[in-house]
Formats: sequence, structure tokens, C-alpha cells
Amino acid sequence: MPELAVDVTNLRRDFGKFTAVNNITFQVNRGEIFGFLGPNGAGKSTTIRMLCGLLKPSSGSGTVAGFDIMKESEKIKSRIGYMSQKFSLYQTLTVEENLNFYAGVYLMDSNLHAEKKRTYFAETVLGQLRDSLVADLPAGTRQLLALFCAIQHEPEIIFLDEPTAGVDPLSRRYFWEQINKLSDHGVTIFVTTHYLDEAEECNRIGMIFNGTLSAIGEPDELKRTRFTGRIYKFDSRDPWESADHLRGRADIDDVVLFGSELHVTLKPNANFDKITAAISAVDPTAQNITAIDPTLEDLFIALINEGQR
Amino acid sequence: MNANRIWAIARKETLQILRDHRSLILAFLLPITLIFLFGYAITLDIRQIPAVVVDYSNSTHSRELIRKFTNSGYFVEIERTADQDRATELVDRSKAKVAIVIPVDFANQLTTGTAEIQLLTDGSDANTTQSVVGYASLIIAEYNSASIARQSGGRLSLSPVTLETRFWFNPDLDSQNFLVPGLISLIMTILGSLLISLTIAREWERGTMELLISTPIKPLELAVGKVIPYYIIGIVDLFLAAYVGIVIFEVPFHGSLWLLFLFSSLFLMAVLANGYLISVVAKSQQLAFQLSMLTSFLPGFLLSGFLFPISSMPVPIQIVSYVIPGRYFIEVLRSLFLKGSGLELLYLQGVALLFFAVVFSLLATRKFRKTIQ
Repeated sequence: MPELAVDVTNLRRDFGKFTAVNNITFQVNRGEIFGFLGPNGAGKSTTIRMLCGLLKPSSGSGTVAGFDIMKESEKIKSRIGYMSQKFSLYQTLTVEENLNFYAGVYLMDSNLHAEKKRTYFAETVLGQLRDSLVADLPAGTRQLLALFCAIQHEPEIIFLDEPTAGVDPLSRRYFWEQINKLSDHGVTIFVTTHYLDEAEECNRIGMIFNGTLSAIGEPDELKRTRFTGRIYKFDSRDPWESADHLRGRADIDDVVLFGSELHVTLKPNANFDKITAAISAVDPTAQNITAIDPTLEDLFIALINEGQR
Repeated sequence: MNANRIWAIARKETLQILRDHRSLILAFLLPITLIFLFGYAITLDIRQIPAVVVDYSNSTHSRELIRKFTNSGYFVEIERTADQDRATELVDRSKAKVAIVIPVDFANQLTTGTAEIQLLTDGSDANTTQSVVGYASLIIAEYNSASIARQSGGRLSLSPVTLETRFWFNPDLDSQNFLVPGLISLIMTILGSLLISLTIAREWERGTMELLISTPIKPLELAVGKVIPYYIIGIVDLFLAAYVGIVIFEVPFHGSLWLLFLFSSLFLMAVLANGYLISVVAKSQQLAFQLSMLTSFLPGFLLSGFLFPISSMPVPIQIVSYVIPGRYFIEVLRSLFLKGSGLELLYLQGVALLFFAVVFSLLATRKFRKTIQ
């Protein structure tokens, strides 16, 4: 087994004049949970589709599970599991019929499949719904079924394209338990997400904007190395008002609101004392001005702004 | 090729058909409707033509002639009137297809030489008019020879040579015998191309194809698995239609059931492969529907010899008809039903059908791409 689950160089995909993915290069190690982050339309799904052999790259090279993505896509397909962003199970089939169908297509051993189904039905709400038509299931339950259809045949690498979109917090917890369990067993997980708390659970993440990979690494490492400014937070009774005042200043990079909390990112050369004075001056209700470590969300927003400049 | 994978696809496809009312209606109600529609409503024979009689002569001779018309079975007297305007009105309003007008001096004319009667028909219905004139000529010829024979005391006959025509294989020229076998071909064309042309397109439209092509399934396994349930529907419909034709419409069946099964299987393979090809190319159900109507149903209806004889088409169209599988299948069906021909007379058609099945299948599996776009 090769050390790298995914290893691509200068991967590119054009749709006419539009470049969806622009020469990205990255590696994913065996057994790690790799999170792929980016706003809508950044190129996440296009990248996943190219890695799964569903979309031919316009140029570039690389391997998935050790097989050439340009020439050996059918070999790749027998070693991966894929959960697409758009729900794509059969709505007029029942829960169990969908599981059976994909088990058949992947030529699963029938004993193993029976065992998998027993586990899934015992552990989740799908147990009571095994004979329900998929069309009648709520969104979160459908995603759960789609996950099982993608992982039941025990693939080496699992590609999950926004698996938890529309899933309630409790089920999301269950999703991530499953993902961690698979990772413990040496399965590689490649997951795209909008949720930054989910990104924190990943071993490594890549951030993609406008088709370009702008950061890649462990979440903590990225927050340390890629975030150039210092960040302070304070509480305010009138956060909108003070944000408006502070945004215009030359020594402030950005102001972001989190409820009644404001995160102020300073320019690298800014003077902290001047800023605190300024904050108190524009907003008498400001309290608890403290330096904080940037969150992934701060980094995410900073990188988007960087990309737009 | 892996049988388990094919089985998984076939089972899934069957479940989907069983839960989709539209498919079920199309698969089983449509053939029955078509066969009853063609069997009962559409008949190419014209009988019981409504006629209005204007008998100004009102003599034994005129009454005898009218009796000849009505006893023939071709004409039904719907009204007798002494007013020619009334007769014209009935024809104008299409209540009657023909007015038979016998002049006042009909009996006199008969004894002195040549008598004339008048037929008024509705020329806007060219088919019926042609039949009316044809039947009327026959009846009058018969009346003439009978009256000459009577007047000469049996010594003279108007027609010393009589033509006795015998129609082989369909002695009564019953149009159901001609239509029902062709109809079987039409039903299988509609079902085969229409139903299956939607299946792949539907998977693209609903997004299920994206997941399916991320699996290691091979294009040929997918094609075979998808075709199996439709092949079974086609064969069920074949025997259903044949049963209705034979039992209810009393169409004779002189051939072998095994040959019927064999040739139908070949034809179905050609039609299904054609439908599958459309499905692979189209990617939307709307387009697939239009394409399958255009490429299989219309030619199958118009150019296959189902209603219109190929031999009376212009030469270029006759040449086109050679690439329509229905042409060969209809020949086979008519031979099997009406003549009871064996394989020694039908093998060429068999080769043609096999050729189409193989070519369409190869094209369809080669066209299918396991990638998006």
C-alpha cells in the first residue's frame, strides 16, 4: 500500500473560460482525516469529482490509492467510497433496498453485509425505517443512509462531499464518531465542509478559494503560521456601532461580529495601547478587551479577504 | 462481466418499475389499449355503408335492384325518400355516404335497351367513395347478368368467362389478420424504445447516476442489468398481444410459438439497444422521449409496412425502410401468423434483426461514459 492516499500535482479543471480548479498541488496521508474547506463555488466538489474519477482533469497529474487519476480511474473506483453533495440514492427504493443495491454493485460478501446492516440498524434510527421509502425520510436520515452506502463495502479512501449539510447537531455528532472510528482503522477520509467546528476535528485541512489552494496544514499550525495579525476580542452592547467606527482605522485589518462579541484583527505594526484607547473612546460599553488566539473562522475570513484584495 | 452485479442492477430496476405507476401503465395498459383500439375501431374494410334511396321508378325492377344493394352486406338503407333534395342533404351532412337515385322510366329503359341509375357520393371521403363505386359496379354487373339470363330463358349469359379470385393466407381479406401481427411489432417498438430510453436519462436527472458511476460497475453490466426487466416486459406483452389477437380477434396462428419467441427476442434486443443508446446520448427525459418517438416510433409506424405497403412507396423511402428493424419483424410476424412459415424462409430477416441488435448494443456501450459531461 502506498504511503499517500492522495497525491496530486497541478490539478486543473476548466469549464469553458471558467477555471473551477486552478493548478492545485497537495497530498493526503493514509489514515488521516483531511478536511477541504472553502466557500460555495470555490472548487471543492470539482476537486472531489476529479479524485473519484468522475471528471477528467484538464491538466495535471497524480494518484489516488496509488493509481493514476488520468488513466486508472476504474481501479480507483473499486477502492473508494463516495458520498456526493447532491443526495443521490434511489427515492423509490427502501432504506434496506438501497443498502442491498450498493452492496451488490460492490460485490460485497453477503455475510459481511448482513453484519454491517445489523450494526447500522441497531445503532441508528434507520433500524425502525428499514422498510421505509427513501423519499419519505427527513434530510438528516437520508444523509446517514448515504454515508452507510458509501462506507459499508469498507473502502480504503472515503470521499464525503458536505456530508453533514442539513443534518441536526446530534446526528452530526454521530457522523463524526463514525468518521473517527474509520480513521482509527486506517481508512483515509477526505471530507469537504462548511462547518468550521468540523474542520477542527480534521488532522489536516486545505483551504480553497476561487479554485486556488491558499493554505494547507494542521488546523493549529495554520492558525499560528498563516494568521499574520494579532486578534483581540471585546464585548459590547452596541457591536454594530463600534464595528462601523473601528473598521475605518488604518491600523485595523478587520472587524468581525460574533453576536455581542467583536473580533478585531490588528495590522502587524499596530500599537495595542492606541487601539484600546480608541475602542474605549468610540464604545463606552466595551468590556473585557483581551488578546485571543485566532479561530479557524478568523483565519477563514482573513484568507477570503486576502483573496479578494 | 459479473453476474452478481448484473443481478443487483436488474433487481433495482424491477423495483423501480413496480413502484412507478407511469411505467406500469405504459408497460401493460398501453398494449391492451392499442390492440383493442386497432382491433375494433380501426378497420380497413368498408362495410355497412349508409345509403339513402330515391326510387322514382318504384317498379318490381327497381325494387329488385335495391334489394341486391342491401342484401350484399356492403350497403345499409337508412332512409327511402321521394325527394332528391332530401337525399342530397343527407349526403351533405354525412348521414349517408351515398344516395342511390333510380329514375322514373327505369323499368321502361330496361326493356328497350340501356337503363341508367345515379349514385351520389361524398368525394371528400375518397376511400369510401372508391369502395362505394367498386361495390356498386359489382352489384350492377351481377344484376345485369341475372336479368339477361332470365330474359333469354337461360340461354344467354353476359359473361361467358368469369374471374374467380382466391386470396391466399387471408381468404376474406380480413384487415384484423393484417393489422394484429403488425401491431405486435408496434407495441414492442413503443415499449422497448420509450420505457428504456427514460431509465438512464432519469438517473442523470435525479443525480443517482453520479453515485452509480463512482462505483466499479462496468458499462456492459449496467446495460445488461437495465435491459433484463424491460426484455421480460416485452415478452409478456408479446404473448399478451398475441393471445388477445388470436382469441378475441380470431387471427389465425399457423407458425411455431418457439419461432415467435425467438424472433421477438431478436427484435426486442434491437429495439432495447436502440432505446438504451438514446438514453445514453440524451441525459434528459424530455429529450430522450422526443428522440425515441422520432427514431423508433414514427419509422416503426410509417415505414415498416405496418399500415402502408412498402412496395408502393417511392424508391428512396423503400431504401430507408431497410434500416428499420420493424420492417423485418413485421414480415416475420405476418408469415408466422398467416402462412406458418418456418425458419428456412425467415432466416434472412433473423440475420437482419441480429445485426441491428449487435450494432446498437455496441454503440450504446461504447457511447456510455462513466464520467460527468
